Order: sequence, then structure tokens, then C-alpha cells
Amino acid sequence: MSIPRTIKEAAALIERREASPVELAELFLERISSEDGKINSYITVWEEAALEAARKAEKQISEGNYLGPLHGVPIALKDIFVTKDSRTTCGSKMLRDFVPPYNSTVAEKLMASGSVVLGKNNMDEFAMGSSNETSYFGPVKNPWDTDRVPGGSSGGSAAATAANLCVASVGTDTGGSIRQPGSLCGVVGMKPTYGRVSRYGMIAFASSLDQAGPLAKTVEDAAIILSSIAGHDPMDSTSVNLPAADYASALSADVKGLRVGIPKEYFISGMDPEVEKSVRKAIAELETLGAEIVEISLPHSRYAVSTYYIIAPSEASSNLARYDGVRYTYRCENPETLRDLFFRSRSEGFGDEVKRRIMLGTYALSTGYYDAYYLKAQKVRTLIIKDFENAWEKVDVIASATSPETAFRIGEKTEDPLKMYLSDILTIPCNIAGLPGISVPCGFSSEKLPIGLQIMGKPFDEQTVLNVAYAYEQSTKWYEKEVAPPG
Amino acid sequence: MEYEAVIGLEVHAQLATESKIFSSSSTKFGSPPNSQVNPVCLGMPGVLPVFNERVLEYAIKAGLATNCEIAGKSRFARKNYFYPDLPKGYQISQYDEPLCLRGHLEIDSGDGKKKIRITRIHLEEDAGKLVHEYSDFESHVDLNRAGVPLVEIVSEPDISTAEEAVEYVKKLRTILKYIEVCDGNMEEGSLRCDANVSVRPVGQSELGTKTEIKNLNSFRFIQRAIEYETKRQEAVLRGGGKVVQETRLFDSQKGVTFAMRSKEEAHDYRYFPDPDLLPVVVEEDCLEKIRLSLPELPEEKLSRFADEFNIPKNDAETLSSSRPLAEYFEECAKHAKDSKAASNWILNEMLREVEDEDSIAEFPVKPEDLAELLNLIGEGKINRKTAKEIFSEMISGGKRAGEIVTEKGLTQITDEDEISSIIEKIIEENQKEVERYRNGDTKLLGFFVGQVMKATKGKADPAVVNQMLRKSLEER
Repeated sequence: MSIPRTIKEAAALIERREASPVELAELFLERISSEDGKINSYITVWEEAALEAARKAEKQISEGNYLGPLHGVPIALKDIFVTKDSRTTCGSKMLRDFVPPYNSTVAEKLMASGSVVLGKNNMDEFAMGSSNETSYFGPVKNPWDTDRVPGGSSGGSAAATAANLCVASVGTDTGGSIRQPGSLCGVVGMKPTYGRVSRYGMIAFASSLDQAGPLAKTVEDAAIILSSIAGHDPMDSTSVNLPAADYASALSADVKGLRVGIPKEYFISGMDPEVEKSVRKAIAELETLGAEIVEISLPHSRYAVSTYYIIAPSEASSNLARYDGVRYTYRCENPETLRDLFFRSRSEGFGDEVKRRIMLGTYALSTGYYDAYYLKAQKVRTLIIKDFENAWEKVDVIASATSPETAFRIGEKTEDPLKMYLSDILTIPCNIAGLPGISVPCGFSSEKLPIGLQIMGKPFDEQTVLNVAYAYEQSTKWYEKEVAPPG
Repeated sequence: MEYEAVIGLEVHAQLATESKIFSSSSTKFGSPPNSQVNPVCLGMPGVLPVFNERVLEYAIKAGLATNCEIAGKSRFARKNYFYPDLPKGYQISQYDEPLCLRGHLEIDSGDGKKKIRITRIHLEEDAGKLVHEYSDFESHVDLNRAGVPLVEIVSEPDISTAEEAVEYVKKLRTILKYIEVCDGNMEEGSLRCDANVSVRPVGQSELGTKTEIKNLNSFRFIQRAIEYETKRQEAVLRGGGKVVQETRLFDSQKGVTFAMRSKEEAHDYRYFPDPDLLPVVVEEDCLEKIRLSLPELPEEKLSRFADEFNIPKNDAETLSSSRPLAEYFEECAKHAKDSKAASNWILNEMLREVEDEDSIAEFPVKPEDLAELLNLIGEGKINRKTAKEIFSEMISGGKRAGEIVTEKGLTQITDEDEISSIIEKIIEENQKEVERYRNGDTKLLGFFVGQVMKATKGKADPAVVNQMLRKSLEER
């Protein structure tokens, strides 16, 4: 049996009885055990639980209760999703021993779809990072070149998917954390509209920006996962009460007459010329397929990174206050006073990047600075949103590069946070405006490193975004041409 | 130089909803530690708050009953600080966009009515509590109270004395209990208050430096703490010193306030809008519905009672001071032929039989049965003394007045012939006293009345007996 690379392939094997869910689970667990030492894409592997879920799926299917395309398919979850009775660390020493008594809605929905969860993927600590180097559990390596980063913060999910250590994974995206690693690892990564997927049980980084989404090898697989995790959740007040569509069934490669906006500000100076070339070629491909290419302007997007680095740390500084050493978190040894307990537990439990952002956010929210920073950032956020609203009058989707560069070397940017923050310059506006965005592979650099094309869409119009990505993917089939070696 | 106090109060009232403000956990008081909790009120990673609509309804009622404007859109904000009883490291509260604004209450002060303005009422969640009783060197955390819904009612500094402060809190408590949004139980912490106190020379318009006294949970403590603090600040100023702006606590044992933390140590709460919650929108039709559901408030009840039932203002005020009492009175007055008699009986005879106003609803004598008793007095069938005995029996035995009267033959003797023959007999038997009476010792009338009542086992109508005795004694 050859290893299934996509959900479709795995589902077909199961349907034709060529492989059972248990066989598939065993196959992937073996791969993880033999190959993941090189990639480090998992924090916790669910050997027992995965086999148990697979046996359950097998029984259901043999009894004629087939639940759909994810039934019996081995997938993974970023370790930011709370999973009942199974350690959930968020990549942090702070939560290294945290075993939650409840499930995130995303985990619950995936399990209800019959999928077999193989384990929890490595990630930047509390999703803060663009390279997966901030994880307490060590950096993740890019399967295309293990000296390089996979991107972040969902680096474990992207690397595991690319190296076929799972068929697909679910990650989260606050400023590009699904799309940028998707781009750097050569897989499809999608961030849905803010409010499309429930945030309940997804450990919060920046509440007004966080959104869960799929990492998969094909657009169709991403659509299948999105359909299974999307939808209103009464446990999340910000989840939107709109019916979630069957995105995969509705996929269409017909983009004739569709207007694709190209924001002139998004071809920034300092961009890797090979990336620019691939992206321009991809846009030309869309034109060949019948799309109309329209140059547009998003003038306030240049302030998106600065805006993001006020809003996200501000929210994070408050969201992470609960990790105080009192209850389920890491606690320092022999605290002398209450202050000492708080101070040392947090100093020892959090890594540098997390502490940096907590301090940034605490500062931005302080009396006397609030108006100048937080309030101003909120105003700029409104301007960025307005830009997009204007653009939607002229175009149906917007296309750009996902990341201005290909995967960089491990350690290359760790000493320069500002340089690191610019990795997300093209993905952040989408989060600021709450829009759906996808990264789809669009070629390779001369060093055989993947490049990603980003498609952004109107709020809650995931279908059009998926369709454009699908049209491009089906006419180029990069995912068939190259396969990431597992290290 | 004369000094005057300027006082503003922040009253925290627990809303009496079944479940917490942002989670489905129960709000039940007195349960074992950490038994009324779930991941949401424990602030575990990834959980999200969902606003309990019932809390909104209760808070709007509180706003309407205190003459506030209700904001069409208000917002939750996070108040950030670290403490072990605060599981998320922030309290969800409202900051610059509260639910209710610009209300007022009228209180009785020494010189008539006084209007106390209410700045705002906002919603917030309560914190848990630390328990120190299990160990000498460890503290434990009980989070049952974490997430219990509160309203904070903030007054303008319109209060001038400790008495007015108590009067204001009492009034507020009555209203909140009336509209059934808060049980008003100060011992259990359902109602507590912080007092902002400053003093200034009489005639000076600018305010003095204030201190805040935290967590006063009884009327007596409010009174004593404010009195002490006012005198303390006055003494500081008279001695040429300056009042330090600080947070203070009241030591009820010693009767003094003491500094908890100064302004320099004050927290920077870093308020910002809570991104996990949507703005609270109150539509006009929803507001109207709540407005219509409000019961008659104490003030309105007071004047209606005075007019409709023709009873003195003071009595009307007491009767309208609690909703169960007012309802009891009104029901009784409806059935009683004399509403004033109903008022008097309830105030003088009944109130001492009930533990507190809240237990009136369970009082064994139903208001219509009390009315029956009062009507028997009114019709002259029994006298007040007999009525009191019957009343005690009604309380203990659950029987109705008419039944007891019939069963025990307690009907008052009003038949003049019957009384007349008894009087004749008594005059016969007490000739010496009759002589003395006729010689001017009219105080002896009481003796004769007593004799008649004794002979009739108390069933004779005292008024009739009085009148007839006088007549018989003076006739000859």
C-alpha cells in the first residue's frame, strides 16, 4: 500500500477496503516514530488514542455508518487546541503538564467527523513567532531543508503535513500563522473569516485576530476540513450565526470573468525576486484561466504590521494573565510570597518572545499610553478595513505573495525580532480586517524551496477564495510535481 | 471653622440569577468550595465568556427603578490585575460605556427629602475568595463566587452625613428587593458598599482629598466607618495636616478605619474593551417590555396607600418598605372593612410575630384570614383582647377566626339585657364600693368593669359595659 497523501486518497483507500482506518493509523504512527526525530513536528503523539479512534471508525464503517470524507483519516491538531484528558501545552513550559478536562469545539467537531487524530503538533510558544523557534519543545525543521525553519506559528502542522506525517492538520492564524508556514512548507493553508470557526477551547493569543483553519496538501482537502470545523458555536459569542457550506462539493475551477485585484503596495521592496517572479507568473496563469486582473490600492496596509504589534500584544498581555502559577500552570519552586509566586512562575514559565509581547502589550494599555497606542491602533485598523471595503467594489478576490521570502535558516532572525515580525507583512492585513485568506503553492526557488500565492476574499466568501485557489492548483498541480522529503 | 463631609457610595449588588454572568455554573450560596464551577468560570485556557441574558434583564430593571437612562449600546471591558481569587487575571466589567447612566433616588434626610444622583450602574463579574482557615501557612482558593453577576451602582457625592448614607443604601436595598433582582442579604455579601469620603470647610465649593473605605457590609458598619472617617479627616485638617488619598478598610472590632494602599501603590487596571464579547445592545421594544414588567415601586406604593386606604404617611411608609409586607397589607385591606384597622394590626400585632419581612409570604395567617378576624372586631362580635388570643391560635393552629370563635363560644356579649342583669348582680354584691363611687371615687369604675369582664369571661364588649355601668351607678 502506498502512503495516501491527501484526504481524498485516504478516503478512497478506505472506501475500496484497500486500507482500514487501523492500518492507516498504524502506518502514520510508524512514520512519525521513524521520521519525526528529524522534523520535530509533534509535541505529543497519541499512540493509544489514535488506534482506539481508528478501531471505532473501522467498526462504524463496517456497520455501514460512514460519516464522510474524514472518517478514518489520520490527521493532526496544533497543540493550541484543548483536548480532553490529553496534555495541551501551547508550546510552552507554562502548560507542559496541563491536562484539560474539556474539549475545544474544533477538536470535538473533528472527532465527530470520524477523523483519527494522531497527535498534537509543535508550534511557537502561545502561537507567538514566525519560525517555530520559540517552542519550549524545540524548533521544528522544514522538511524541504532541515537547516531551515518551517515558518510559524503553525510550523509543526505545516511541516507534518508536508512530510506526510499526517494527511492534514488544523492550525491557527493570528497574523499569518497558517498561511506563512503553509507557504514555506509548500502546502495549502487557509485562514477563514474571523467568526467562521469557533474559538472555544483554542488557547487565546489575540482574541480579535485568532482564527482556526486547515493545512492540507490540496485545496479540496482544505475545503473538506473547513466544512467540518466551521459553523456557529453558542460557546463563542464572536462566532457568526451563518450556516457553514459544504465547500468541497461546491468547489469550482471556473474563474472566467472573476475580478482578481493586485494591490500595488504588496510587492514590497526587499522582496525575494524569485518569490515575486513566481507570484507574477501565478497571476498571469489566473488571467489565462479567464480571470480579469485589476490593479488596486490598499494604502493603509503599510501600517498593518505596526497596528498588529499594538493590538495583538495588548490582547495577549491580558489573555496570558491567567497563567500565574496558582492553578494548572507551571509553578516555581518554594515561593516565598504571593508576589514571588507570580513573578517567578511567570519569569520561569514563559519564553523570551512571549515575555517581550506581554511587556509590549502591558505598556500599550497603560494609563497615559492607551490613547496614543491602543486606541490609535484601533483607528488605523478601521482605515485598513475601509481600504478592503473599497476594494470589494472593484474586485472579487485579492492576490499577492503569502510571504515575501522562502524559508530562512534556523537562527537567522532570532536575534532581530523586528526582522522576524516583517515575515508576516503580507498576511497580517487579512487578520486585521478579519478576512478569509489562503496560501496555495505556486512554485519553487532555485534552492528548491516552496513559494506560496495568497488569495484573500470578502468576509464569509470562503467559497470564492477556495475556487480561485482550486482553479490555479488544478491547472498547475505543483502538489503532484514535488513531494517534501521527510527531512 | 466648621467642616462638612462629602460622601459618594459605590454599592455592589449581586443579581439573583440562577446561573453566573458568563457561564452556566450555579450561583448557589454556601455550597462546598469549588463545587459551583466549570472551565469557563475557572478561566481555563481557551474558554470564552457567553453573556447571560437574564443578567441584562435584571440590570435594566435596577436601572429603570433608580430612574436611570439605559444605554442602547454598552460594552464589557477587562480590568486587569493579579490576585489568586481572580482566575483569568482580569475581571470582566464595564468601564467607559456602562449600561445605565444618570439616575437618582430620593431619601429622607433631617431637613426633608433629598435627591441623591446616581452617576452610573454597570455590570461586572464577582471574584472568588481566599480561604485561610485550613492552614496556618497556606491559603486556599474558593471560586464558587467567581463569575457571579454584580451591578455596581455609583452615586454622585451628594451625601453629607453617615445617616444619609445609611438611608440611601436602605432605600436602594428596598428597591432592589422590590423588583426582585437582588436578595439584599448583606451578611452573605449580596449587597456591600465602598464609601468615598472627603471633608471641606463649610462654604468651600471645591472638594477635599477623598479616601475610599472598602467593603462595608452592614448598615451599622457604613454608619460607624463614615462617622469615624469624617472625624479623622477633620482632625487631620484642623491639625494643619493633609488628607492622603488612599484606600482604607474598616476594623469593626476597634471601630476605626486604616490604610490599605495609597494612591502611589494603586493598580493601573489597563482597561480595554473585551474582544471576546459583543457590545450589549438594548432595543427599544425590549426595554419597553422590561419597563412594563416592573412592579409598583415603594414610593408610588406609599402615596397610593396613604390615599386609597386613608392611613397616616408614616404607616404607609413602613407598610411599603418591603414588597411582601406591602402585598400582605394590600390583600388584607382589600378584605377588611376597615383598612386602617388592618394597617394598625399588621404594624402592632403581626410584625412582631415574623422573623423578617421576607418570611411574611410564609406567615401562617393568610391576609384574608386576618381580615376576617379584624371584621369580627369591627362588627363588635369580639373585643381586641379576645382577638389577640384568637390571633395567637390562628398562628399556631392554622384555624380561621370564625371557627375558633364558634368552637370556643367566644362571641362577645353585646346583648344589653344580658349585660344589664350581670351589672345588677355585681352592684348587689359590692354595695360598699357602690357607696364610695357615689361619694365621688369614680376611679372605681375600672373595678366594676373588671368584675363584669370576669363574670363574662372577657366576652363582654368593654365599651358597652363601660357605658351601662356608668349609667347604673349614677342612676340612683
